[in-house]
Amino acid sequence: MPGSRFRRWAKGFRERDTWAAYAFLSPWLVGFTIFMAGPMVISLVLSFTDYDGLRETSNVGWRNYEQLLSDPKVAKSLGNTILYTVMTVPGKMIVALALAMLLSRVGRRSAGVFRTLFYLPEVTPKVAIGVLFLLLFNGQVGLVNGFLGLFGFDGPQWSTDPAWVKPGLALMSLWSVGGTVVIYLAALNNVPADLYEASALDGVSWWQRFRHITVPMISPAFFFTLIILTIDALQSFDEAYAAFYGSSASATYSSDAALFYLVYLFQQAFQFLHMGYASALAWLLFVVIMVITAIQIRVSRRFVYYEGGDR
Amino acid sequence: MVRRLPYWFALLLASVLFLYPFWWVLTASLKPRSQVFDNLVLPRSWAFGNYLAIWDAAPVFTWLVNSVTVSLAAALAVTLASALIAWGFAYYRFPGRSGLFALVLSTMMLPTAVTMIPVYLIWNSVGLATTQVPLWAQNLFGSAFYIFLLRQFFLGLPRDLFEAAKIDGVGHFGLFWRIAVPLCKPALIVTFVFELKASWSDLLKPLIYLRDVELFTLPRGLKAISDRFGQAGEQQWEIVLAGSVITTLPMVIVFFLAQRHFIRGIATQGRKG
Repeated sequence: MPGSRFRRWAKGFRERDTWAAYAFLSPWLVGFTIFMAGPMVISLVLSFTDYDGLRETSNVGWRNYEQLLSDPKVAKSLGNTILYTVMTVPGKMIVALALAMLLSRVGRRSAGVFRTLFYLPEVTPKVAIGVLFLLLFNGQVGLVNGFLGLFGFDGPQWSTDPAWVKPGLALMSLWSVGGTVVIYLAALNNVPADLYEASALDGVSWWQRFRHITVPMISPAFFFTLIILTIDALQSFDEAYAAFYGSSASATYSSDAALFYLVYLFQQAFQFLHMGYASALAWLLFVVIMVITAIQIRVSRRFVYYEGGDR
Repeated sequence: MVRRLPYWFALLLASVLFLYPFWWVLTASLKPRSQVFDNLVLPRSWAFGNYLAIWDAAPVFTWLVNSVTVSLAAALAVTLASALIAWGFAYYRFPGRSGLFALVLSTMMLPTAVTMIPVYLIWNSVGLATTQVPLWAQNLFGSAFYIFLLRQFFLGLPRDLFEAAKIDGVGHFGLFWRIAVPLCKPALIVTFVFELKASWSDLLKPLIYLRDVELFTLPRGLKAISDRFGQAGEQQWEIVLAGSVITTLPMVIVFFLAQRHFIRGIATQGRKG
């Protein structure tokens, strides 16, 4: 039986349309081979070598992967990255939800204007945001501490105190929340109005309405942004690198508090030219992202409500 | 209206928080060095000379031209290629379609870190590793998210249209180029502006590939300026600020011209969840 299915499948290649389709697909097929499948294989092979582009390369077996486990900077940078992710992702989701709910309460026209303003920081290059972080979060003269000072608070040394660098960067990242706001607002606008009207008749409180109508109805949007924001945060590079790395002097400021995983990988690959080791680092990141995403999908499955049943 | 007043108030407050950093950077870039951090809403004395100083300190105009050409090439390449590929998936039924499309989608999950080093070695082996080519040429082969987006649009077109055109003797490429593409202009613009922004902002690739200062894009140039004049350097923040404005402003302008398309692109992205 599988034989006949295969024959029917193969027969498709006698059709002219099939060849036309593959002609349209050919750029992707070529690109996938050269820039994805090929590099994945090469990267895997490299991760078992000491390749540095200079000296003769030799096979080192699992040594790179053993080194990962004992390298304190791997633990440090992975810890930094995860800590940052844990702060920025829920932070962005909460702020975005609050803003989207506010936007859904004013007329569509004015909501459109505010939405545009909130989105503006998203078009700001991340390298400029990194520079801006150093200025706004400067401990002595920065705007943020100046603002805190108005209320009598003595703000921390955000950009130099290792304990405050990551919370500072996470706070700064909330500025780029506009894309998430747009997604939540679209989801809120799709909640059928009669659901709210029915609940109003039943005399349901604001909190109950939020908890039992709004949240379930927009849970697919939560789920989507949770996954995307997490994957993005785990690969953060630009802001931290722009603010703290690059020139030898600037790195000393943060004493590794801003050493994100991708920053360390970049240093290993392109500054120290330890490309074999860096390839192993890349595969560890891949595994970490996969595991975290898989956990999120498993846990979310219980909470996400899709209209029209299971998908 | 009165009931809505608190919401308005909260939104206005939020808008100030979102917009003030832009204003702060813009005005601080026009202040003399000693007043950069005075946090005054307007400069006490205007120092337009900061923009002349940055002009002398670095080849900013060259960087601007580089950024414009690279990001236009990147956006154009990815739009054309992704449209071709998306059309192949949307219009034709052929053996291997669903499997290949799943493969396209799965590439979105692959962190760039995994392919970053081998891709560099590939460009190096063909002698292009220190040119601007690697910054955009990969886009000639399409990109998964845009393929997905454009396929959705193509699927929404009525099929009868194409059957009728086929009877009139329109060929395979004609169906795509003369009928499908003009009808999908909005989605093509979304793709174009998204990639324009992504390519304009990119720091990692210029850091990997560009060695020659004359080839730098603006983000890479801003990083160089900030290294030299910023925290670790000469503490001439007014120059770093002018650099930040020059790097950011072109995208802000593009955004205001094309904001409809940005917003629609994001909203579409959410819907696939």
